[in-house]
Amino acid sequence: MSEEFKVEIVNPEKSFLVKDDVSEVVVPAFEGEMGILKDHISIISFLKPGIIKILSKSGDENYYVEDGIVEFKNNNLSILTSTIFNLADMDKSKKQDLLKQAEEEANKTDINDQSKYLADQKVEVLKTLN
Amino acid sequence: MASLDDLKKRIASVKSTQKITKAMKMVAAAKLRRAQESAEKGRPYSEKMNNVILNLSNGISDKENAPKLLSGTGHDKTHLCVVMTSDRGLCGGFNSNIIKKAKSYFAKILDEGKELKIITVGSKGNDQLKRVYGDKIIENISFKESKNANYFDADKVGKMVIEKFEASEFDVCTIFYNQFKNVITQIPQAQQIIPLNNEGEENSSEESYEFEPDEDEILSNLLPKNISTQIFKAMLENSASEQGSRMSAMDNATRNAGEMVDKLTIEYNRSRQAAITKELIEIISGAESL
Repeated sequence: MSEEFKVEIVNPEKSFLVKDDVSEVVVPAFEGEMGILKDHISIISFLKPGIIKILSKSGDENYYVEDGIVEFKNNNLSILTSTIFNLADMDKSKKQDLLKQAEEEANKTDINDQSKYLADQKVEVLKTLN
Repeated sequence: MASLDDLKKRIASVKSTQKITKAMKMVAAAKLRRAQESAEKGRPYSEKMNNVILNLSNGISDKENAPKLLSGTGHDKTHLCVVMTSDRGLCGGFNSNIIKKAKSYFAKILDEGKELKIITVGSKGNDQLKRVYGDKIIENISFKESKNANYFDADKVGKMVIEKFEASEFDVCTIFYNQFKNVITQIPQAQQIIPLNNEGEENSSEESYEFEPDEDEILSNLLPKNISTQIFKAMLENSASEQGSRMSAMDNATRNAGEMVDKLTIEYNRSRQAAITKELIEIISGAESL
């Protein structure tokens, strides 16, 4: 029996990625990183800024996301996100730009705790990338 | 009867108008293809989002304490209407159709003695509505600078709506837009987004989900996103509809101009021939009298 399942990443503009030979996906879920293998229980969770790792036969891929929702059901993993970048396509200046934006956001004083937490997360993840 | 010179000038002017409408049609056709593509590409996201919310709201244990965005404020005294139109004209009945739909809805609400607030997206809608409902318009947004509908703009509108909802400025929110069916048909739609209208939809899955964190928290995070998504969907449908509508309007205009040129050319030829005949008669009768 194969140990593969299907993953689909959609953003509002288009279907970002569809792959059906995925063996494992690691997503930055809100309460910590979560690895999903085949026959995982149906789950809905949402994402915090971080890296999605997709491990598959045809090669591993890493994506940077800022937010989103994951739904896993019947060996179909759907990831809905509004901000996603393939790490391989991100060059130095792009990362710097994002980091600068995130830092500005994190330094705002008039935001609530949750958005502050998310912004801090963003900064942290981007710092490790740079 | 118009003189030969006048006719000539008219023919030239109609021809140049025809050139313009033809060019606009071509441009609209090219843009339509792109807009249609992005409308179709955008559908999976909003569908998935809808599914997830549906599953969530079915799984929610405590209906009483459900987030207000889902269940509503409990009354429907103040209605907020987001009317989405284009920023440019010359697109046939596109804007008027939305406005007509919106106006009949407004009249119904006001008849029932409820309060009405309007947000217009796109300058054409604002132009048409401000004459009658000027005092009801609380906000006017226009995205003239953005070339294509993008999520960022939709999110701005969505956040504004949610802000107003949280400040209890309204109870029910409805968006008006044109749904793109094909190039010649666009259907004006009124879609209620707050509270979310799930009635009539089948409970698709009996399966229970695991939620992390719990469903209330997910739901309260998801619902604002859903508002933006729905608005974005409306924007995509709208831009495809606008181009489709413009294309068929310009096609008609080009055809009409062609007919007009034909008619004017016949008239021009006739009067030229009449002038020649008249001159001939004059010469002949002059020769005869000698």
